[in-house]
Amino acid sequence: MFDIERWQEIFDTLKKNKLRTILTGISVASGIFILVVLLGFSSGIQNGVTEQFSGDATNRISIRTRSTTKGYKGLNPNRRIQLKNEDFYTISDTYDDFLEYKSAGYSIWGGLINYKNESGNYSVRGVYPDFQFIENAQMLEGRFINVDDIEESRKVIVVGNKTKNELFKGTSPIGELVSVFGINFKVIGVYTDAGGEQEEGNVYIPISSAQIAFNGGDRIRDMTFTVAMSENLDKALELSNGLVTGIERDIKQKYIIAPDDRAAVRVDNTLEEATKIYSLIDVIKAVFWFVGIGTIIAGVVGVGNIMIIIVKERTKEIGIRKALGAEPFSIIGMILQESIFVTMFSGLFGLITGLGLLEIVGPTIENDYIKYPQVDFNTALFTVFLLVVAGTLAGFIPAYRAAKIKPIVALRDE
Amino acid sequence: MIQIKDLHKSYHMGSNSLHVLKGINFNVKEGELVSIMGSSGSGKSTLLNILGMLDEADKGSYILDGVPIKNLNEKVSAQYRNKFLGFIFQSFNLINYKSALDNVAMPLYYQGLKRKERVDKAMHYLEKVGLAEWSHHLPSELSGGQKQRVAIARALASNPKVLLADEPTGALDSVTSHEVMELIQGINDEGKTILVVTHEDDIAHMTKRIVNLKDGVIIDDSPVKQIRAKAHV
Repeated sequence: MFDIERWQEIFDTLKKNKLRTILTGISVASGIFILVVLLGFSSGIQNGVTEQFSGDATNRISIRTRSTTKGYKGLNPNRRIQLKNEDFYTISDTYDDFLEYKSAGYSIWGGLINYKNESGNYSVRGVYPDFQFIENAQMLEGRFINVDDIEESRKVIVVGNKTKNELFKGTSPIGELVSVFGINFKVIGVYTDAGGEQEEGNVYIPISSAQIAFNGGDRIRDMTFTVAMSENLDKALELSNGLVTGIERDIKQKYIIAPDDRAAVRVDNTLEEATKIYSLIDVIKAVFWFVGIGTIIAGVVGVGNIMIIIVKERTKEIGIRKALGAEPFSIIGMILQESIFVTMFSGLFGLITGLGLLEIVGPTIENDYIKYPQVDFNTALFTVFLLVVAGTLAGFIPAYRAAKIKPIVALRDE
Repeated sequence: MIQIKDLHKSYHMGSNSLHVLKGINFNVKEGELVSIMGSSGSGKSTLLNILGMLDEADKGSYILDGVPIKNLNEKVSAQYRNKFLGFIFQSFNLINYKSALDNVAMPLYYQGLKRKERVDKAMHYLEKVGLAEWSHHLPSELSGGQKQRVAIARALASNPKVLLADEPTGALDSVTSHEVMELIQGINDEGKTILVVTHEDDIAHMTKRIVNLKDGVIIDDSPVKQIRAKAHV
């Protein structure tokens, strides 16, 4: 394979047919180029969507109640269902083994917050300490709400980076007092959320303080849990669906709600949505691979075609070689090597241009759903492997034909 | 060197079958220079192809230098061709994108020789045919006579037992023909066995023995007094 003579021969024949070589090369190169770009974008979509999700834990179950829509066991429809602290305790205890983080919430959606002369509207959410992890909030300064804050109903508040910028003009707010509907709270922390600006608009206070300050009593607005994840996504999904059913049934039993009343209790399961989206990404990926491989096949068929013509053109030469003592295998080797060389060279060219394009264009793409399109090393390696296989396939039939050429036929004078 | 007994060969084309060789018996000793004559269709090219292992007989035996040539697979026949035979063709059959030197070195490549050795040997044979200073020219830059001499050098390069020349002067004018024949005679003088297929009488008389073929049988096989080509040049 690595013999200079043969390489020289290959270069000689390729040089003699520049246009043909270039055109064939382009068909392979564009195939690989398209495959690489498509794969890059499919990973971009995956990155984008994953990041959209990373704002919150993907294994989250949230529970809300509204009014009943159906009469049940002598009770009228349109009955307002109100969750209480004890519901949260009960569910937390019942399903403790399967739940990772637990929080109930008592929130004021448009809360007016003042700091000196600045003011703004934020969602004021009374939560438990676990909520930090449910929301994936990263602390920039200070700390999040802790158990003591809850037990002592301290008037403390955690603000988002957005709030910090708006109300405090970027200076550290730790220890400052802000007023929420005229009640003073002390800022104990600043968080940031990968989910973006919208999620940073929330401010957090201990749920007990919220219930006291805003006349909540023992009422809660919602409950949020995360499911303990297992390695296997299918198992996790099954577990989380089981929890959803169990919790919904418990609440419906307690508040005497018709089992088929879908509006009264809403238990949402992000894991199921996430799974759906991930499987959608898988489908997109598969389609991209399919299209990419299809293009490569077209290119490879082109190379095969050209190699057949080359063999035809070189029939006489092959005949001469055989008369001089070339064994069939050496002829096969010659044709195969040329075909692999052409596919490899142009394929690598396509691969590098594709990677280059992703490298240059990738960072400039500003779209929530496509982020950092790129092709990882293994995929690149795989495409190279694919090229070798493709080159061999493309060369095989022509090479086989060449090996079958009878010198006597090839050398017949016309 | 060559022993042929009762050689038959027919070609089938659809329902027609053409009996080309109808029992050829023929021996060639080492160092002979034999011409095979006959009009077209007499079977002389077919005979040469069988001798050259480019084609196989239907019936009969062919022994080359003590080795029976029978039912060879492609690989072995390629090896035998390389080892035993040197071919000279009417249309030279040089590889047109390779220099004279590379053309001559080609059989040595298939013998598995190292590049340096190949070049040395090929150069030696090019010198022998008087084309040393043309070694790096492409066939297209050479005259017909020069091309044939390169082809002869190539045929000699693997030091074969037998040279098979199929109308070696068929594409050349008479002066060049005689130059080529002079070269062939010289090689024969050194002891090489050579078979020449020709339909030209004067070329045939430059060999030492003429075998006449007609309709697939040998009608005459007799030694002749060799005319030295040098006299004509």
